[in-house]
Amino acid sequence: MTIVVEKLLDLYSQIHLIRRIEEKIAEEYHQQTMRCPVHLSIGQEAVAVGVSAHLNSNDRVYSNHRAHAHYLALNANLESLIAELHGLENGCCGGRGGSMHLIDLEKGFAGSTPIVGATVPIAMGAAFAFKQQKRSHIAVSYLGDGCFEEGVVYESLNFAALHRLPILFVLENNQYSVYTRLKQRQPEGRSISKLAAAMGVSVLHGDGNCIDDVYGLAAQAIAQIRAGKGPYFIELDTYRWPEHCGPSDDDHLGYRPQGELAAWKARCPLQYAKTLLVQAGVALNHIQQLEQKNSKKIESAWVKALNGLTPNPKKAAEGVYV
Amino acid sequence: MSDIVIEQQTLNYIDAIREGISEAMQADETIFVIGEGVPDPKAIFGSTQGLRQQFGEHRVLDMPLSENAMTGMCIGASLNGLKPLLIHQRIDFSLLSADQLINQAAKWHYLFHQAVPLVVRMIIGKGWGQGPQHSQALWGLYAQVPGLKIFLPATANDAKQMMKAALNDPNPVLFIEHRWLHHTESLIEDNEATINELSKAMVLRQGDAATIVASSYMVHEALNAAQACAQFGMEIEVIDLRVGHEFDYATIAASVNKTKNLIVADLHPMHLSPGHAIISQLMQNGIQLQTPPRLVAQPNHPVPTSWYLAENSYQAAEAIAEAIAQSQNLTALQLKKILAALSQPPRTDVPNRSFCGPF
Repeated sequence: MTIVVEKLLDLYSQIHLIRRIEEKIAEEYHQQTMRCPVHLSIGQEAVAVGVSAHLNSNDRVYSNHRAHAHYLALNANLESLIAELHGLENGCCGGRGGSMHLIDLEKGFAGSTPIVGATVPIAMGAAFAFKQQKRSHIAVSYLGDGCFEEGVVYESLNFAALHRLPILFVLENNQYSVYTRLKQRQPEGRSISKLAAAMGVSVLHGDGNCIDDVYGLAAQAIAQIRAGKGPYFIELDTYRWPEHCGPSDDDHLGYRPQGELAAWKARCPLQYAKTLLVQAGVALNHIQQLEQKNSKKIESAWVKALNGLTPNPKKAAEGVYV
Repeated sequence: MSDIVIEQQTLNYIDAIREGISEAMQADETIFVIGEGVPDPKAIFGSTQGLRQQFGEHRVLDMPLSENAMTGMCIGASLNGLKPLLIHQRIDFSLLSADQLINQAAKWHYLFHQAVPLVVRMIIGKGWGQGPQHSQALWGLYAQVPGLKIFLPATANDAKQMMKAALNDPNPVLFIEHRWLHHTESLIEDNEATINELSKAMVLRQGDAATIVASSYMVHEALNAAQACAQFGMEIEVIDLRVGHEFDYATIAASVNKTKNLIVADLHPMHLSPGHAIISQLMQNGIQLQTPPRLVAQPNHPVPTSWYLAENSYQAAEAIAEAIAQSQNLTALQLKKILAALSQPPRTDVPNRSFCGPF
C-alpha cells in the first residue's frame, strides 16, 4: 500500500522513537534502577505503529507482557512509562505495575498484563460493551503465537465471532515463546491464521516488518470492523531481536538456528521504513532531524521521569478495593 | 440496619435472588446477566426465570461453555461501562474462571485505579450424589485473594439485599450460594441495607452457654443444633459471618467473651479451613475460653458420589451438637437426647422431602 509522505514520516518517527527508547532501556538496565522484568519490542516495532495509526483515543487497546511498542505507538505518556520501569510514583501505575502492567486511558491504551492470553477476553469484553451500548469504538487485542496454545484464546475467538463484536485481534507471530520455537509447540506447517479463520473471524496475514503492509492491512480490517462487519484477525510475521526478558542479545545460547537473527536483522522494520521514505523522495537530513527530535524527546522524558518521587511503602496497602 | 421498613413479605431464597436481580436491573440499565442456562427453561433453579421477558435478550444471555473467556469478557465489559452478573451453576466450574478472577479482576483496581464492578454467582452443591466435583465449598480459596469480596448469604433476606448491594458495588463480588439454601424462606426487609451493614456478622440466636460461628448453609445446621440444645435448657448463640473476605471480629469477640465457649462450623475440609483463621485471631488476641475452641469442618477427602459412601462426608448439625456437648461437659446420655431432638431430613442426602434431585 502506498502511504502519503506526511503519514509515512509519522510512522517512521514512531518506529524510530520506540527503537531508541528500547535501546535506551537496554543501555541503562545494568544500573539496576529498573528493577523489574522488561520484554523489549526491538525488531517488532512496525506492527504496533501500523495498527495504531488507524485508532483513536476512544478505542481500547489491551496488551501483554511485551507492551512497550503497543503503548508508545498510541503516543501514550513516555515519562510515565520510564517512571513506571523505575518504580516511581509518577509511573503510569504509580510503581505497582512495572514494565508488564502499563496503562494510559487518555490515549486508549487500556491495560497490559502478563498472563499469556489473559487480556484477550478482556479486550473482547470492551468490544461487547461497545456493541451493547451502540458506541462506535473498537477494541484491539495484541496477542502472540504462544497465545494459540492457551484455551482462552479459542474461547474468545468463538465468542467474538458468535456476537460479531467490534474487535481486532493482532497476532504478532515472532516464532518464539521464551526459548522455545513455534515448531516445538505447535504442529509444523499449521497456520495460525487458518485456525483463527476456522473459528469464524475474518483473517488477514502480512509481513509485520513492513510498515506499508501492516498499515494497509490494519486500514482494511479496522474499516470493516467500524462498518459493523464483525471481528478481524491479522497475523503479522515478525521477529524479536533481544532476549525474551532483559536487555541483552542472546544468540550465543544457541536456541535460534544459526543465521536466523542476522537474516531478520537484515529485514529491519526501521530500515525498511527509512527506505520507503528515501524512495518517496524525502531528504536524508530531514530524516535525521526527525531522529534528533526523538532523541531529545527521550532524553528530556528520561530526566523528568527520574525526578519523580519514590513511592511510600505504606501506600502498598491502598487501593485493594474501590 | 436501618429502622425504616418499607414492605415485608416472605420469600424463598431463589425468589429473593430473582427479585434482587430484577430490582437492581430496573434501577441500573448497565447490568446484564450471563451464564450457562440463564434463559433456559430451568433458569438457574428458577432464579433467572422471566428476566429475559422483562429486560430483553441483550441483557439476559446464555453463553458458550467458556468460563475462562466469559469471565475475562465480563471484566472487560465492566471496565467499559457495563455491570455483569455471571453465573456458575456450581462453584466447582468457577475454577475455570480463576485466572481471570484472581490474576485480573482482583488486581485491576490496585494496579490501574479502574473499578471492576462484577458479580459472579457460584453455587455450592451437597447430597444427591453431587460427588467430588459438584460439592466443594472453595470460597476459602478466593477469600485468600485481596481484591475480591465474598458474600455468603445464609437467608433469603440476605440473598436479596446482598444481591442488590453486590450489583451496586464497584468491586468484584463473588456471591456464593448453597444449593440447600434455595428452598429456605425468610421475611424480606426491603430497607436498602448498605454493603457495610451487610458485611457485619449477625447474631441470629442469642445465648450464653456457647457461641457457634457459621456461614452459608452451616448457619442452618448451627441453628438446628442450637434449637435442640434449647429444649434442654442450654442457650447457644449463633453468629452468621455473612461475608468471607473479612471477619467482623468485634461481634464474634463480644459473643465469645460472654459465652466463653467457641465452636466454628465450616463447609471446607478441616485442613486450613477458614474456621482456623477465626479461632486463631481470637486466640492471638488473648480471648480466654472455658474449654478449647472446636472446629466442625469437613473430612480431608473428596466427597464420594454414592449416598452410602458419602454418609459421613458432610459434617452438619450432629457434629455441631457433639462439639457443644464437649464444651458443656455433657454426659453421653444428655448428648443422645440432644441428637434425638435435632430436626432431621428424611434421608442424609436431601435437605427435605421435596428435594429429589437430580441437580
